Amino acid sequence: MTDKPTYMPASLLDDDSPITLGDLCRICGITAEQVLALVDEGVIEPAAREQGVWRFHALSIRRVRCAYRLNRDLGINLAGAALAVELLEEIEQLRARLRRLERMEH
Amino acid sequence: MEYRDYYQILGVERGADQDAIKRSYRKLARKYHPDVSKETDAEAKFKELNEAYEVLKDPEKRAAYDQLGNNWQAGQDFRPPPGWDQGFEFHGGYTQVDPEQFSDFFESLFGRGGFGSQGFQHAGGRNRRGENTHAKILIDLEDAYKGATRTLTLRHSEIGADGRPQIRERAINVKIPKGIAPGQQIRLSGQGEAGLGGAGAGDLYLEVEFKPHALYHLDGKTVYLDLPVTPWEAALGATVRAPTPTGAVDLRIPPNSRAGSKLRLKGRGLPSKEPGDLFVVLQIALPPADSEAAKTAYRQMEKAFNFEPRAGLGA
Repeated sequence: MTDKPTYMPASLLDDDSPITLGDLCRICGITAEQVLALVDEGVIEPAAREQGVWRFHALSIRRVRCAYRLNRDLGINLAGAALAVELLEEIEQLRARLRRLERMEH
Repeated sequence: MEYRDYYQILGVERGADQDAIKRSYRKLARKYHPDVSKETDAEAKFKELNEAYEVLKDPEKRAAYDQLGNNWQAGQDFRPPPGWDQGFEFHGGYTQVDPEQFSDFFESLFGRGGFGSQGFQHAGGRNRRGENTHAKILIDLEDAYKGATRTLTLRHSEIGADGRPQIRERAINVKIPKGIAPGQQIRLSGQGEAGLGGAGAGDLYLEVEFKPHALYHLDGKTVYLDLPVTPWEAALGATVRAPTPTGAVDLRIPPNSRAGSKLRLKGRGLPSKEPGDLFVVLQIALPPADSEAAKTAYRQMEKAFNFEPRAGLGA
């Protein structure tokens, strides 16, 4: 190993580059059926359907992984995990808002 | 290696029944789950809990663990006595959890030989692409505007010469591309787990989180700035200096602005193909009545306005 920094090739997954169902499965390490179950629960929504192929926002990765971790680790079924994911995101937004309001008071 | 008191970790008596163990585990797991908890050491706590539950939920493993005796203290130096597990019949290593997360203590008891050896064998063939791995990365708002570089320390498990996984630490440098937004992912190809039998390595995914910023806050690609203005600037209109992440600008405040009025600076939010907007949210700052002149000014306002802010409250 040398001290000179070498940068790993990095690519950004953003809204401009939706990912396929296969990508989403590979990235999250789950099956297509599991992804479909999450679509059924409304945890994620396909961003587009091109010639019968679903495309997902890269932002779905975070939700899928969170829902499956809750499902696996806490024994919550998918409907419950879907609710928890939404509530967690809401709490996150409220916390951010609270931080802002508290800052404004000073 | 240190002895681990699994009963203490799960907060139960040594004589607790299986139901009580499960209840306590569930309760603590909800409390310390890294997705749910805000405690700083949640992840470490959660791993510990899983390890303890992995042993105590299984009557076979629990009985074997109990066999070590009651005289051990958590943290005490520990070597498993020879033949400690004789007379126990074990079935199938680990359930659902990731065995590589467990401590040396667990591994020395349940992780090798006997039943444990099955735990490390991966499903599937000999040639297998490495697993994708995931990590979080905290960045500053400025990084999203300008791009940045970070050095990350990754912990990888690799299959060593003896066929057992080993943990290896490794630092990599990452360029954070300009235009990244909260929740987006950066993919580093081939930086995940190593493959088996000459198959390629998996990818590493970095989930981007933003540190709270002193001035700005974010909603997707939209950036908000709270800007204090004086009552007369808001009422009469004014041109004021305001900071933006790309440099200060002169901002025209229209007359009769109110607290909470939003001024949009198009395209000054997070950059991307379709950049976000920057919203300046006006806050009216009240000058303190700390001199005779200031008090006089407030009294003059009282006379000049027939202002009833509580008119709609019905009191």
